[in-house]
Amino acid sequence: MHKTDDVVLSIKDLSKQFGNGCDYCKDDSAELQKNMCPHCNTVHAVKNVSFDLYEGEILGVVGESGSGKSTLMKMLYFDQEASTGTYVLPEDPNAEDNVFLVSSQRKRQIRNEQLGMVYQNPMLGLKMDFSSVTNIAEKLIASGNRNVGQMTDRADHFLNKVNIPLRRKYEAPKNFSGGMQQRVQIAKALSNYPPILLLDEVTTGLDLSVQADVLELIKEIQRDMGVSMIVVSHDLAIIRMLCDRTMVMLDGQVIEHGITDQILEDPQHEYTQQLVYSIL
Amino acid sequence: MGYVAVKGGAHAINNSVLLYKNRRLEEGIDIEVEKIKTNMRQLINQVMSEASFYDRDTAALAIKQAEGNMEEAVFLMRAHRSTLPRLYYSTITDTRDMFVERRISASFKDIPGGQILGASPDFTHRLLDDSLKELSEGPLEDISYKEVGYNYKLYKLPKVIDYLEKEGLFVRDEENNDEPDDITKKSIEFPSTRSQRLQALTRGQTGAVTSLGYAEIRGYGFTSHPNIGECRVGQQPVFVDIDDEYGEYFIGDFEMTEIDGFMPDVADDQTTADEDMLIKIGYGLVFGQNETKAIAMSVLDYSLEHPIDGVPTSDDEFIMFHIDSVESTGFISHLKLPHYVTFQSKLDRMRQGREDQK
Amino acid sequence: MSQNFAFLDEHSKKEIRRKTLKAIAIPGYQVPFASRELPIARGWGTGGLQLTLSLIGQEDVLKVIDQGSDESVNAVNIRNLVQNTTSVKETIHTAEATLIQSRHRIPEVPLKPFQILVLQVPMPEPLRPVEPSERKTKLLHGDKEYSGAYIKLFEQIMRHGHITDDADYPVMVNGRYVMAPSPIPRFDNPKMHQNDGLILLGAGREKKIHAVPPYTDVESLAFEDYPFEVEDFSDKICRESGLTGVFMDELVDEETGETYYVTNDTSYMLEKLNEEDSVNA
Repeated sequence: MHKTDDVVLSIKDLSKQFGNGCDYCKDDSAELQKNMCPHCNTVHAVKNVSFDLYEGEILGVVGESGSGKSTLMKMLYFDQEASTGTYVLPEDPNAEDNVFLVSSQRKRQIRNEQLGMVYQNPMLGLKMDFSSVTNIAEKLIASGNRNVGQMTDRADHFLNKVNIPLRRKYEAPKNFSGGMQQRVQIAKALSNYPPILLLDEVTTGLDLSVQADVLELIKEIQRDMGVSMIVVSHDLAIIRMLCDRTMVMLDGQVIEHGITDQILEDPQHEYTQQLVYSIL
Repeated sequence: MGYVAVKGGAHAINNSVLLYKNRRLEEGIDIEVEKIKTNMRQLINQVMSEASFYDRDTAALAIKQAEGNMEEAVFLMRAHRSTLPRLYYSTITDTRDMFVERRISASFKDIPGGQILGASPDFTHRLLDDSLKELSEGPLEDISYKEVGYNYKLYKLPKVIDYLEKEGLFVRDEENNDEPDDITKKSIEFPSTRSQRLQALTRGQTGAVTSLGYAEIRGYGFTSHPNIGECRVGQQPVFVDIDDEYGEYFIGDFEMTEIDGFMPDVADDQTTADEDMLIKIGYGLVFGQNETKAIAMSVLDYSLEHPIDGVPTSDDEFIMFHIDSVESTGFISHLKLPHYVTFQSKLDRMRQGREDQK
Repeated sequence: MSQNFAFLDEHSKKEIRRKTLKAIAIPGYQVPFASRELPIARGWGTGGLQLTLSLIGQEDVLKVIDQGSDESVNAVNIRNLVQNTTSVKETIHTAEATLIQSRHRIPEVPLKPFQILVLQVPMPEPLRPVEPSERKTKLLHGDKEYSGAYIKLFEQIMRHGHITDDADYPVMVNGRYVMAPSPIPRFDNPKMHQNDGLILLGAGREKKIHAVPPYTDVESLAFEDYPFEVEDFSDKICRESGLTGVFMDELVDEETGETYYVTNDTSYMLEKLNEEDSVNA
């Protein structure tokens, strides 16, 4: 359960389309083939999504591939531009009306100081040829730290936290197993003590026992550091283990949201019901 | 470090230049520039194309001075080009006005206007010809031409794509007659425009363009190979309009090779299902008869227009920064220049590394 | 064939001068320009040469240096070309020159106001080792996102215990742009800071011009606890001249096999030796 009612991240009417759209699909109620306009082939990857993230909570986003959940995540981390929508970070000292509209320089600052991201594919989050300690220092350097001693201390602290033996800190992540690479990514994402952590399918493709370790680590970080998190997964079991609240996405839209237990016990939407019954 | 004493370097360098210039004459036989011009046609074609400088006399002189070294000859031409003010652009040129000397299509057995083989080494056997050891005068053999009825004019020959356009299988891109972004007057900024890409490709080093085009179709880019819709070689009339009362001026016929390559489909986000059923072309146009280079150019034009993620030959920076003969040979050869100051700096760092380890 | 004064046609010179002015107006920023082909190969100083040719006038006095020497191959080659196309006065004395073109060194004699130093640049992009794409590095400069440059140095410290960048050590210009100072030794980096003369840098093959105007802050990148270090010649004495505190070449005595050091800036060394001679006489 979230600790306070303070909103740390707020999204209103967020959409992302690939293609120009036409008169037909500009109408919100238009029938689409899954998420594609039958007239102009425009793909509406994310459509009118709104939600708030509260301080200290873990919000789950569940859905099949193509449901728009990864696109949503990429927009939150500015890896992809939003087509329309507003994005507010009320706890940020600057608290702009819509951070989708700020300069790219400011977006980089938000990425470095307010957000941490862990990608499914560690290649996207890490410089595979650089040592692990340098990977962790990267975010600190980007936010202006110029003290090597301070940064290596910080890196050691987080490597410890994610259970990577310090004797391996000068090794490059390319030499590590998948589970270890995800741990380095998590350490990097946390290095600046960001208030918000974004986790995109972080355990997909890992062995079951490794998965359990990484999930346990995420829980522990949330407990110890009080970080707010958004967890994207196609796997309801992971959502059940981690998340206080959950949104279910289908064809780019949120079709159901609420307390995770409630959704699991009493799914309303037909699609959610299928999802829930398939894991029970 | 021996080759820069405190004094005397200049003297040694001047002597090296003289030694180089004398080399050519050591055997005691000089050659007239005119002979290079008349006998080394294909070499001249390549040099003019890579130099992007159409002048057979200058090219022949450059080849003589460079002792036949291609990149050196191109370099001489380019450097000379820098001394000439560039005053006009040509008016819009339509290759349907080319006086066609050779024109073939690999995609059709027959085409309107016919397959015109012209002069080409394609049909020869590559056997060394001992008879060339002797000089000969005039044509070797008389050619017996056969009269046939012909309804076309060689200076108004329709293109293969015109026929496909009538069938509805090819849709012309919207004509863009904006003045090109001249890459010799303004440096390329990325993402590049098509006119910049076509210029870079047509100026590209023949070997580099061919190799990269080959890599693209051999499996690093699209997986099936293109069809040559039309290859035409001929004399292209070119005009300039200098805005006086007399209208356009004819400045000459340029020998050129033009390729319309029919390219395999590359699925990208921009095309809709209907467009998938159309023929897509990659375009090649180079000075002189230079068919291989023009074909490779058409392949690269298309791969850059329809990029596939992660394919080097779809990356405009990768291609355009590396295919220029003067740039690549210049940078590679500069490695021979003395670098002892930077090397001293490196030694200092390496020694410090050793100190640290102690 | 007859040639224009200073080889290039006047249209080209004007364009290069215009881009040079822009570079001076935005210290450390790489201004793209349509680099011309010259009779000297790309990679052999064509960027510097285009700056020199576009700026030079009949009144100028020219000095050309390569690796600290007025007589090294590249210097001779370039000086001959400029001489043949301009007939300007030439000198080896830094103080006498109005225009100095140099490859890989800033002279030991400090520049004076109104002197122009032109440096030849092979790789103008300091972020290229961490980002191969030009369009991306342009965005990074726009956002003043230089963590890539620092990460490279940080990784060197992690792997080797100290920074291993040797020559062409990146600098921050005017607190805004990270710039490649051209492959001058680190020894010369501090000479750029708050310098009295105008420093222009030209990259012919990469088609960029950048500049350090007089009295501009130039700071070599470093960390608080790993400061910038120049090459150490503190315990070395020039065998020819007895000079200390200058950048030196390391040579081997062919007879004794012994390593010895000689002042790299040869014209400076000659000046010092001549001064001594006249004092002794």
